[in-house]
Amino acid sequence: MTNTLHRYGNAQSFDDDIIIFAIACKGKNDEGAVEQLRAFLTICAKHQPVSIGNSESGSYRPTRDLTPTAHWGRNTEPNHQAVIDAVQRLRTVAAVFDTREKAESCLREVIDADLGISINIATSVDGARDVGRACDIPRHSVEYALSLADPHDHLPDAQVLSLSTMCGHGMVAANLAKKMLDMVREGRRTPRQAAVTLARFCPCGAFNPARAQRLLEAQLPAGTTTLSA
Amino acid sequence: MGAIAIDPAINRAVIDYDACVECGTCYRGMSQEHLNPGVVRAVRALAKLFRFRFEPEPDVCPTAAFVMEELEWPRIVRRVFSDPLVEHASTGIHGRGTEEVKTNDVSNRVTVGEVGHVIEFGRPGVGVRFHHIQTMTMALAARGIVFEPKNPITHLMTDTGTGTLKPDLLQEKILSAIVEIKTTLDEVAGVLDTVFAVANRIDTVLAVGVSTRCDNRGEDELLAPLLTNLGYRFERAKTNMGLGRITNIQHKGAP
Repeated sequence: MTNTLHRYGNAQSFDDDIIIFAIACKGKNDEGAVEQLRAFLTICAKHQPVSIGNSESGSYRPTRDLTPTAHWGRNTEPNHQAVIDAVQRLRTVAAVFDTREKAESCLREVIDADLGISINIATSVDGARDVGRACDIPRHSVEYALSLADPHDHLPDAQVLSLSTMCGHGMVAANLAKKMLDMVREGRRTPRQAAVTLARFCPCGAFNPARAQRLLEAQLPAGTTTLSA
Repeated sequence: MGAIAIDPAINRAVIDYDACVECGTCYRGMSQEHLNPGVVRAVRALAKLFRFRFEPEPDVCPTAAFVMEELEWPRIVRRVFSDPLVEHASTGIHGRGTEEVKTNDVSNRVTVGEVGHVIEFGRPGVGVRFHHIQTMTMALAARGIVFEPKNPITHLMTDTGTGTLKPDLLQEKILSAIVEIKTTLDEVAGVLDTVFAVANRIDTVLAVGVSTRCDNRGEDELLAPLLTNLGYRFERAKTNMGLGRITNIQHKGAP
């Protein structure tokens, strides 16, 4: 799956969107890999990711037993440990960082841990190369995302796409992203609340709530101060 | 997909089963309350009567109304290609494709001078029907392209030589699917020309990824310049950092 490859935006817009993910190769290094995947996420969690995920759930998740009071006080905090504890099978696991410094420090510790599973970075082309260089490792392989082809004008506008494509599996609907943009513009939700609402729909945890918050804050008049939650 | 809407004749939300791709997001992504439906409808009707703006949390289903249905062939294919939590039996991994270059440091699937092409249909968020995919696979097959054998779409072909898919699937709609092929560098221009020409004839969107192995210094001095010369823009990439290795105990006779 290419769930982290085709995010909408230019290279600069990915400065706060660096995903490091780990995957085992079937028949090559999958024996005992569940422990390695869990170890990878444990390392990542120490370096202040904005989200982590295990392909089944992320740091932000829906709740099955809300009461009506939830409408005035939803929890917007991530739960990284729940994601780590839930790694029971071979899956792609990922951590999302909002600064290059955090990503580099995490990758250094991952290199030192010598887990043996494949480690990938999804961000701008130059961004991934620079993170690797800072950690003294050359790139092995690279997959470039070419521009989206939409000859029949199906796609929504750039603001919506920038948000909805952060869940590459398509679980964050464009209509919901548009609704959250409108709710932020109208002052009915803070950018943080709107970002976390979107993040709850991403089961692999690769949605970047920090980048989403930045994109949503850009809808507000210049100089506007928003509450964090 | 826009598959759920209020039917004004019955004043209830209904699902358009032709538009629904069975991704499961409505069931899995929504938080739930377990309120009495009659009370919820009464509150909504009262708000509507007085033109109050009804503004609940947008990701909460107050009555836990959604249930996942048991599906049969061919409709079950919608779920397999749309719900990322469903595993493809053909690949053993979740999602719509294979490990691609994500494990290339271990699998050596794409080597220096080779190019992997990942052609994804329906993404982002538009969806695609299998007959659209078949239009592409037949065009690629006509060029003599060999499809990745471990890819789920390849498993649904009745003839990989012509790129035809199982006929009972052709009208089924899914969230997205990936066709994977591997070519030489010399074939890249022709293949991408074909892909984007066919994109004009099929009523969906395409997201295309192209991959290669870097040299010993971690540089790609072959594919990236070629793509630039061909006029393609690429700002984002997925980069394998080369930290994987074979750790399984290799048994005699194993491949």
